[in-house]
Amino acid sequence: MSIFSSVFFGFIFISAISFFVFNCKKILRNINIGRGINRSDNKKQRFFNMLRLAFGQSKMLDKPFVGFLHLVVYVAFVLINIELIEIVIDGFLNKHRVLAPYLGGFYNFLTAFFEILALLVIISVVVFWVRRNILKIKRFISNDLKGWPKTDANYILYIELVLMLLFLNMNATDLYLQSSSYSDYYQSYGYFPVSQFLSPIYSSFSDLTVLYVERISWWSHIIGILFFLNYLYYSKHLHILLAFPNTYFSNLESIGKMDNLSSVYNEVKTMLDPNNDPYAVSNSNLPIEKFGASDVFDLNWFQLLNAYTCTECGRCSSECPANQTGKILSPRTIIMKTRDRLEEVGKNIDKNGKFIDDGKKLLDDYISKEELWACTTCNACVESCPIGIDPLSIIVDMRRYMVMEQSSAPTELNNMMNNIENNGAPWPFNQLDRLNWKN
Amino acid sequence: MNVPTLKELSQNGLDPEILFWVGCAGSFDERAKKITKSFVKLLNKANISFGVLGIEESCTGDPAKRAGNEFLYQMQAVSNIETLNSYNFKKIVTTCPHCFNTIKNEYPSLGGNYDVIHHTQLLDDLIKNGKIKVQNESFKGKKITFHDPCYLGRANKEFKAPRNLIDSVKADLKEMKSCKEKGLCCGAGGAQMFKDAEKGNEEINIKRTKEAIDTNAKIIAAGCPFCNTMLSDGLKNQKAEQKVKVLDIAEIVEQASID
Repeated sequence: MSIFSSVFFGFIFISAISFFVFNCKKILRNINIGRGINRSDNKKQRFFNMLRLAFGQSKMLDKPFVGFLHLVVYVAFVLINIELIEIVIDGFLNKHRVLAPYLGGFYNFLTAFFEILALLVIISVVVFWVRRNILKIKRFISNDLKGWPKTDANYILYIELVLMLLFLNMNATDLYLQSSSYSDYYQSYGYFPVSQFLSPIYSSFSDLTVLYVERISWWSHIIGILFFLNYLYYSKHLHILLAFPNTYFSNLESIGKMDNLSSVYNEVKTMLDPNNDPYAVSNSNLPIEKFGASDVFDLNWFQLLNAYTCTECGRCSSECPANQTGKILSPRTIIMKTRDRLEEVGKNIDKNGKFIDDGKKLLDDYISKEELWACTTCNACVESCPIGIDPLSIIVDMRRYMVMEQSSAPTELNNMMNNIENNGAPWPFNQLDRLNWKN
Repeated sequence: MNVPTLKELSQNGLDPEILFWVGCAGSFDERAKKITKSFVKLLNKANISFGVLGIEESCTGDPAKRAGNEFLYQMQAVSNIETLNSYNFKKIVTTCPHCFNTIKNEYPSLGGNYDVIHHTQLLDDLIKNGKIKVQNESFKGKKITFHDPCYLGRANKEFKAPRNLIDSVKADLKEMKSCKEKGLCCGAGGAQMFKDAEKGNEEINIKRTKEAIDTNAKIIAAGCPFCNTMLSDGLKNQKAEQKVKVLDIAEIVEQASID
């Protein structure tokens, strides 16, 4: 029986980890579909940003109440998972609380600490659920989240709640069994400040029943955690991992600075070069680079990492002036649709070995021109993201495609651009009148 | 009005301390021209050696770049950089946060490296070191709210200089519901100034103007000619243009300044 249990545990554990690694590789491959961008500079500052934003969650505390609850859930999850070390060793060796004899009094401290954290998580998760489902907070009832995103958000809360309840129940039954006929196996280890109040529930049960309840809780808890690990890939909850690389690689420069496209610079240089022969045949064999982005292939890998990292919290959209005034633009959906398209492209590659044209694009099939033209480039979305996601860069790259490849800018903008080209100002004034204001 | 051009100055063998980049709005827009004049009066009062490019100045390319026309932007940028590099000066100052941001952040990688400041930053310095003196009567105790221009505030993290100036005229600064890093855009950026807004339930400038009116301020201080237009239009829409005025910080300082 004991060998069977260990083998069964090993099978589940290794399968779950393998499947997780398999999906991680897929994410990495999909992110690498993007164009190159150099984010290998300033390693120190990048590391500090990661510590501050992802580890320290500094921007989450802009909203102090939810920021604090989020911090509780995060810290608790990280710390409670230390307990997993013991659970996994127990599982492989078919032992119970294998580390307890080595840690002595500190073990009591740990079990007590984990229980209090678990209780705090339960409270936070309930508050989060109420905010999402009862209080109808604008960012959560938005159309952006219709369907799977809303379900996903609730699933995460349910899973966390169930895992914490299983954890406490595991301890409650353990405590009961420590003074039962199974006390040889369930030795008196640990201090349980929360579950000691649950333990009396089992006083009228037989020892054997409680033993089963304990075993079921133990197995469900670890299987639940392994399930949750694999759920991440299908969920916005992936941010718990990707927030770290995303903050590390995020933009370090002034957010007002928009990149100068180098492919355009080469053309501009040639055009403005007085020695350039406009009729010369180009001797360059390089393919002409596409300007801007119409699909995920044209975005850079950091933008694609953004798409996988997004937690769909909607802080960006609630700060967006266009979104606040009822336009269909929502920076959150720009990111979510980029992720949807990237996933679709990834599945296409899984199926065909390489990408086979599916007649779709990010532009028009996922993100409409109307959304893109509603942006004021005010950077409120970029500023508001707690983990350094930049929806604006995607919007501008797609505008670049619409203007430079499709010539599909709104007429008024074409007039403005013609004016700049002809008169050096966005309005039809004569360049020679520039100094007339002083008269 | 004493406004030398860099060309004139260099013909006389002079290099100004400051190049005042007037910008398209400051040169052509009737409302913004008044801001330009106020600012030049202040420069003259403070005895600053400055010059403008005059007809050699051309759009920085910002609206083209943010509309997606990188090509047109770079054509503008490269030729402006060529002009700028042919003169000697210590600093560029602009009354437009869009010009400020573009020249400061986006020109360097195209070969244009300059020390660029916004006019509120220069005026803040000039008041601090006593080159401009203000009296207390005109604005003392008056409620003024400040609208952060996106490309001065959020993009370049300058929140203090314009507020220091409002303090310097002893006005009562009333912050709007969203300000500083969270300041709401006026609706003009990203080339929106030049087109109609997409379908929605409100215009952005009206939403912002309402936030300003809610502070009960009698003056909305702006630091950008485009914000100025948007907020002035918002006041007309709200039929509040008699009660509330939009003034650029330069105009406020100029009205309060002593000769």
